[in-house]
Amino acid sequence: MVYFPTDMESKTAVVDEGKVMASPSKEMLLDWYRQMVLIREFEETCHQLYEEKRITGVYLHLYSGHEASGVGSMAALRKTDHVITAYRDHGIALILGMDPKAVMAEMMGKKTGSSGGKGGSMHLASKDHNFWGGYAIVGGHLPLAAGIALEARYRDKDDVTMTYVGDGATNNGYFHESLNMSAIWDLPVIWIIENNGYGMGTEVERASGQIELHRKAEAYGIKSFGRVDAQNALDVYAVAAKAVEYARTNGPAVIEHVTYRYRGHGVSDKQYDARDDMSTELKEWMKTREPIKILRDCIESKYGDVGDILAKHRDDAQRIVAESVAFAEASALPSSYEDLLGNTYVASELVYKTDYSIGAGID
Amino acid sequence: MAARNVAMREAIRRALREEMHRDENVFVMGEEVAYWQGTHRVTRGFLEEFGERRVRDTPISEMAIGGAAVGAAMAGLRPVAEFMTINFAFLALDAIANHAAKVRYFFDGMFKVPLVYRAASGWGNQATASHSHAPEPIFAHFPGLYVGCPSNSLDAYGMLKASIRDDNPVLFTESIALYPKPSPMPEDLDEDYLIPIGKGDIKREGSDVTLVAYARGVDWALQAARQLARDGVEAEVLDLRWLRPLDMELVYKSFKKTNRCVIVEESLPMYSFGGEVAANLQENMFDYMDAPIKRVAAEDVPLPYSKDIELLALPNAQKVVDAVKEIL
Ligand SMILES: Cc1ncc(C[n+]2csc(CCOP(=O)(O)OP(=O)(O)O)c2C)c(N)n1
Ligand SMILES: [Mg+2]
Repeated sequence: MVYFPTDMESKTAVVDEGKVMASPSKEMLLDWYRQMVLIREFEETCHQLYEEKRITGVYLHLYSGHEASGVGSMAALRKTDHVITAYRDHGIALILGMDPKAVMAEMMGKKTGSSGGKGGSMHLASKDHNFWGGYAIVGGHLPLAAGIALEARYRDKDDVTMTYVGDGATNNGYFHESLNMSAIWDLPVIWIIENNGYGMGTEVERASGQIELHRKAEAYGIKSFGRVDAQNALDVYAVAAKAVEYARTNGPAVIEHVTYRYRGHGVSDKQYDARDDMSTELKEWMKTREPIKILRDCIESKYGDVGDILAKHRDDAQRIVAESVAFAEASALPSSYEDLLGNTYVASELVYKTDYSIGAGID
Repeated sequence: MAARNVAMREAIRRALREEMHRDENVFVMGEEVAYWQGTHRVTRGFLEEFGERRVRDTPISEMAIGGAAVGAAMAGLRPVAEFMTINFAFLALDAIANHAAKVRYFFDGMFKVPLVYRAASGWGNQATASHSHAPEPIFAHFPGLYVGCPSNSLDAYGMLKASIRDDNPVLFTESIALYPKPSPMPEDLDEDYLIPIGKGDIKREGSDVTLVAYARGVDWALQAARQLARDGVEAEVLDLRWLRPLDMELVYKSFKKTNRCVIVEESLPMYSFGGEVAANLQENMFDYMDAPIKRVAAEDVPLPYSKDIELLALPNAQKVVDAVKEIL
């Protein structure tokens, strides 16, 4: 059976409430297309580089297939808002505008990488973009999101924290404690559950007693904006805009994004992608629910032939990613003890004895 | 006796499978243990053979895995609960330290907790800081819990069997780096081959220096011993196999002969296996000590992603050789 939930309640909810957000402009839609093809090109290149052992390691979780989920929802944010996610973080980083060169260099563990080569694929972050990072322990970033949102609440700012979390992570204690805390403290978090049908090899139905995952948040009194077809960036945006507006003044909101991962769980889990039923399902999604095609069709139906612009975005994506690979490969690997030990701690005059043997920070 | 090389993964799988056949109360649970055949393939084929009742996929719920194992064990089952990797056992640390280890004690012997936690452990391959722990000593801190850490296939087989059959809770760690490593197992191995909990082993005899290790550290110690032998130095390599109970008698016996000791471990250096063994040695073997006791461990730093500095942080055979040379 092909995994594809059909009850996307929120679509009707958007219309029913009669408060549809201003529809995105032509420029916005074209820019979403730009972002989505950049992510796809970046991710598929990472996949290729890993096959060729030019990216090494055991963890590389790609965002291919998820593009509309991130692009549509983050389009509802403003610059001062916050974003945090798990290890499937490349797409989020690129949407926020992190330099693809620094991101690719991080994949290769280079000094010029966004985390200096220390973090790798699972730990992208950028202070300049209010991107608080990708985290590798399932659910571990969720209380951090609550804390980041607490800062805004504490200081009376109306910035929101957009938090991406997988379906599998909703079964983990971190999820429940963090959501409950956000509810009782009215924290401005938008909990976006990216339901791609699986946590590694486990289907949602085998892992969660409640398979409409947004309802788990409702149980804590969090306002639910329902399920969204997250292969459609416009639907994603419409709901996210409402949820963001709500969270700014009220408190936490939840949205369930129904999406799909095109490259399985991650590179270390190949055997799973090989399953017959999985590849049939994947083909079905790619044929009928391809997010880039859905957006393209929508743009063309509204604005006619914009083929030239779209082609330019695709060419640019190829060029940008190729440049990022060249940059990353030309960069040096960290190699010294200083590289290894640096930034274990903040260098501080308040610490009695700081030397390398206790891992003191080197700035 | 004829022997055949078997990967440690296969030895563990075989031990677990045989114990499930032997005792209906033994069952496995954990993330991806059933339909996905186990992240590390230890439970490959189990679902088909034993069915969903005894091979249970769990959600990503480590706290519940850790604690449900305690309850099931108290109630009379013999759970073998798997943490996909030991990094995730931190989420269950409370269930492990406060309940698995203490229930029997705080009810003054009313209950038994015959469970085994299995966890893949160790670092390397750019798994990055939060997925790169070898924290066995943390778990060995708590009285009430035993901790076993095999270094080869035969040991893994006999140690896991003893852990499953014993009525106490055991944390059993499996070095990811050792899973694929073949080592000899007798062809006609007895299904009741058990290694007593807490019994260490001499992996190589020698008279010049004692190398004390466990799990992956044993590999580094043995490599170092071969290298040292070329320079005429005969190292005795001890594999303590269990961090709790800790077979210090074995160390004392060797130390009385060699009067020198280097302790090797994959884990971090502060509050460590090395510190524990060294402290016991100086307290009890002061009169036999001819040189300072040395420790080879990981660098005192979280593990980075980037490959060259990751290797810098890890212990290796050369670091063991260097440490030995410093005290000869
Ligand atoms: C606490 C913890 N347990 C287990 C893992 C191993 N693990 C990594 S990702 C993952 C699946 C998560 O699935 P989901 O939340 O649906 O996110 P997705 O990968 O589908 O984006 C698991 C089990 C982990 N990293 N952390
Ligand atoms: Mg998922």
